[in-house]
Amino acid sequence: MSLPDFGFYVLCATAVVLLAAQAVIHPTEFVQVFIFGLTQGSIYALVALGYTMVYGIIELINFAHGDVFTLGAYVGSGILGFFAISESGFTTVNLIALLLVFPAVMLIMGGINVAIERVAYRPLRNAPRLAPLITAIGMSFFLEGVMFLWRGPATVHFPDILPKTATTIAGVFFGFKDIFVVVVAAILVALLAVFINRTKLGKAMRATAQDRDAAQLMGIDINRTIAATFFIGALLAGAGGMIWGLYYNTVYYQLGFRSGLIAFTAAVFGGIGNIPGAAVGGLVIGLIAAFSDSYIGSKWTQVVVFGILIGVLVFRPTGLLGMRVPEK
Amino acid sequence: MSAPRRAAASRSFLSRLSLRERIRDRDQAVYGILIIAAIVFPLATIYATDGTALVSQATRAGYFVLLAIGLNVVVGFAGLLDLGYAAFFAIGAYTYALLASPQLASSPAHHAVHLPFWLMLFVAMFVAAGAGAILGFPTLRLRGDYLAIVTLGFGEIVPQLFYNFDQWTGGINAVGIIDQPVLPAWIQGPWSGDGPIQVVRNFNFGGDPVAFYVLICILIAAAVILVSNLYRSRLGRAWMAIREDEVAAAAMGINTVTTKLLAFGIGASFSGFAGAYYAADVSLVSPDNFLFIVSITVLVMVVLGGMGNISGVIIGALVLYYVVFSLLPSLPGAVESLANSIGLGSLNVRTTEWPGLGGETQRLTFIIYGAILVAMMLLRPQGLLPSRIREQELKHAAVQEEEAAVEMEHAT
Amino acid sequence: MSQQPAPVDNILELTDLTKRFGGLVAVDNVSLHIKRGEVFALIGPNGAGKTTLFNNVTGLYQPTSGRVVFDGRDITGSKPHQVARRGIARTFQNIRLFDYMTCLDNVRVGRHVRMKAKVWDSLLKLPRERREEERVTEEAMEFLRFVGIAKHANQYARNLAYGQQRRLEIARALATEPKLLLLDEPAAGFTPQEKVELMQLVKKILTRGVTVFLIEHDMKVVMGISERIVVLDHGEKIAEGPPDEVRKDVRVIEAYLGKSA
Repeated sequence: MSLPDFGFYVLCATAVVLLAAQAVIHPTEFVQVFIFGLTQGSIYALVALGYTMVYGIIELINFAHGDVFTLGAYVGSGILGFFAISESGFTTVNLIALLLVFPAVMLIMGGINVAIERVAYRPLRNAPRLAPLITAIGMSFFLEGVMFLWRGPATVHFPDILPKTATTIAGVFFGFKDIFVVVVAAILVALLAVFINRTKLGKAMRATAQDRDAAQLMGIDINRTIAATFFIGALLAGAGGMIWGLYYNTVYYQLGFRSGLIAFTAAVFGGIGNIPGAAVGGLVIGLIAAFSDSYIGSKWTQVVVFGILIGVLVFRPTGLLGMRVPEK
Repeated sequence: MSAPRRAAASRSFLSRLSLRERIRDRDQAVYGILIIAAIVFPLATIYATDGTALVSQATRAGYFVLLAIGLNVVVGFAGLLDLGYAAFFAIGAYTYALLASPQLASSPAHHAVHLPFWLMLFVAMFVAAGAGAILGFPTLRLRGDYLAIVTLGFGEIVPQLFYNFDQWTGGINAVGIIDQPVLPAWIQGPWSGDGPIQVVRNFNFGGDPVAFYVLICILIAAAVILVSNLYRSRLGRAWMAIREDEVAAAAMGINTVTTKLLAFGIGASFSGFAGAYYAADVSLVSPDNFLFIVSITVLVMVVLGGMGNISGVIIGALVLYYVVFSLLPSLPGAVESLANSIGLGSLNVRTTEWPGLGGETQRLTFIIYGAILVAMMLLRPQGLLPSRIREQELKHAAVQEEEAAVEMEHAT
Repeated sequence: MSQQPAPVDNILELTDLTKRFGGLVAVDNVSLHIKRGEVFALIGPNGAGKTTLFNNVTGLYQPTSGRVVFDGRDITGSKPHQVARRGIARTFQNIRLFDYMTCLDNVRVGRHVRMKAKVWDSLLKLPRERREEERVTEEAMEFLRFVGIAKHANQYARNLAYGQQRRLEIARALATEPKLLLLDEPAAGFTPQEKVELMQLVKKILTRGVTVFLIEHDMKVVMGISERIVVLDHGEKIAEGPPDEVRKDVRVIEAYLGKSA
């Protein structure tokens, strides 16, 4: 066992022991924090998938992705305004609005992301590697600007249309919302897995990520495949934005910046380019952030999350799952 | 037979060297213009505006020029993507701020420290370089993009640490009343008040923006000379070799880890240096001055200017500084006065529904900035003034012409 | 330095060298020795482990087991740059030049290990650094002349013709002043004329006191310049000896014919 491996295991073991101690001493609090981390992590997972898919296929850190996620929440709250929804209880209108708006937002975000790819990234496919990175940053500012222009600098209210049902089991509070978030995220990730592994387009995406030139020789339309990757990544980000809005009922235009960085960390955590890794990474980062918030203090969470990021890269350069290394 | 041939060969070598010189001439022209501009700018603006506000602005632009020159060593020369460069800027600034202000008196140390600026300039440089080495040592083995992510994480952690250790740094309250540089003698004139041109003894920089401006120009000139020297040296070639092909570079006997570490450390030292100077000039240092946006802005300056090319990077820094810190903030006011002058002043009135034309423009600035970045990259993916290296496609034709000329010479 | 009396006869000795990748044995228990001043060839069908063996010698890979002794010194497990410093230089099967650097700079990078300038010398352009730079530029031009591409000195490596790129790679390797030069398929993709020129170049290299260890597919080239040959198949050494003997070896014929049949 090499020294980095040893350091990695020691760190992991220490963290597990400390958490286990908390679990034994204050079990209800621990479970409560765990549930919160899981819901937050589900959202990070959805966003992280977009980062990892785009990185896997064109090796671009898509800085605009976090803003696509936020824009999803903005668009969702905008469209929901057209419905006669009730925020005090769960009505039939709420259900219909939810069933209509949720997929609509996903599709709109998909369309927007494809347009972004077409305008800002595709023309630079053979340019120096940093050029698309700069346009990604530019698109990030652009999207933030659009949200700022649309709704102003203040936080924006997102209609609270989910049932407020909740129950307490052994002192632990379960809300309908918590379950909603985790279940919807799980369904979406499962659908993605089926898509990637079973469909022709999914296989084309995997092939392109492995070796773009070879994929092209095999008759795969590279531009279409990359556009599809952006589309699917944005579907998930749009869903993430909707879920965020439904859960927290508040968004602001710079939300995508910080949560985007954290979601990106999650993608790296799972081994960037690795799709199941991003889902697991999202959950793990969500849990770490939640535990850090309540056991260390929220002002340290950023240090903890990014400190772990650096640690993982130093000790486990291929990510936690370490399955697929994107070779140059 | 062989003697004239040899002579022709060496002549052809020389003639191609002169081609190389000619390409370098562009850099010299840029430097010439920059030097003239640096001298004319303060004179002209002080004369025209009867104030030194614009000179202070130019000094602020100067930090970004220094930062861009430093980041260019890391990104442009060695090809290492650093997304947390502002962290070293912060480290430099806090190193000076804490050791040359009353701040530590209210910390657990209970003693204010006031070390001289000129010493601290170098201390800050070494502290930042040390931080770069500590971060770089375990991480420089990583592939390019992982390094970018590590630096991004580092850039997020450092300001947060300065924020969190508020007992020492004052946290969000910032460190203020930072000492100003002192020189034994300095020339003052009408630009620094009403007085005539005179030599001032024990001159304190405080309140004289021109002095800060002159100093930053000197620092930039020194930085350009030092970095250009490195570029055309054993180390500079080793950096480029690593950027081009790390395996081949190692096979040539280059220790890739220490060479990359040097790029990282030298880049960080520039940032630390600029940070200390920034702290002295602004006299107020808060964690908010060193967020991700600063790292990104400097990176955009480097890429926009033309990676690897020092003069291009300076131009990139100046252009982007102007756009971000002068043009965009002035837009709302400009639009308002335009509306007033063409009789649409009513649009400027703010209501609860309408933030006024100026307010609306201000909301637009994000969009404009984003669009400018995208458009600039689409139009000039190689940057405004690409380095000779990246421009070679164009130059190639010229070289071939020379070649043909040499062949002709051989034939006759 | 070629006039110096040789301390040991064998410049390179590999003892029971094995390299495994997971379950795959790429180099299987290979022992061989290369005498000072000879041209030694490594041949074998595609995938026989030839380049892997090179990579184990040059430190790109760490051998799973076995020893690499260079010039009487054990260099097993050394890093690539340490190996280069000791005096082993190489070229690559798929040319790896510094594309966006001039030919002159490519060769000057080769001089890196033989230069002394430290960061401070370069930063301040001290006179000794200046002198060294001038000297190295001259030396680099000399290496370019040696391989015959001096007139392209200021062109970017990527703009050279294929054959010139191979030559530049050799010039860059020679610039490190190696005692042993490893050439990985130097004649690949060459015209017959270029192959003849390459063989002349290799002979010229020998006169500088450099030992040449090459991988090559072209039998004419191999038979024409090498004094001894080792044949690798599936990572194993199946034959060793002078060209004439190896050519008649049954296992060698089988390895090649069996492959193509």
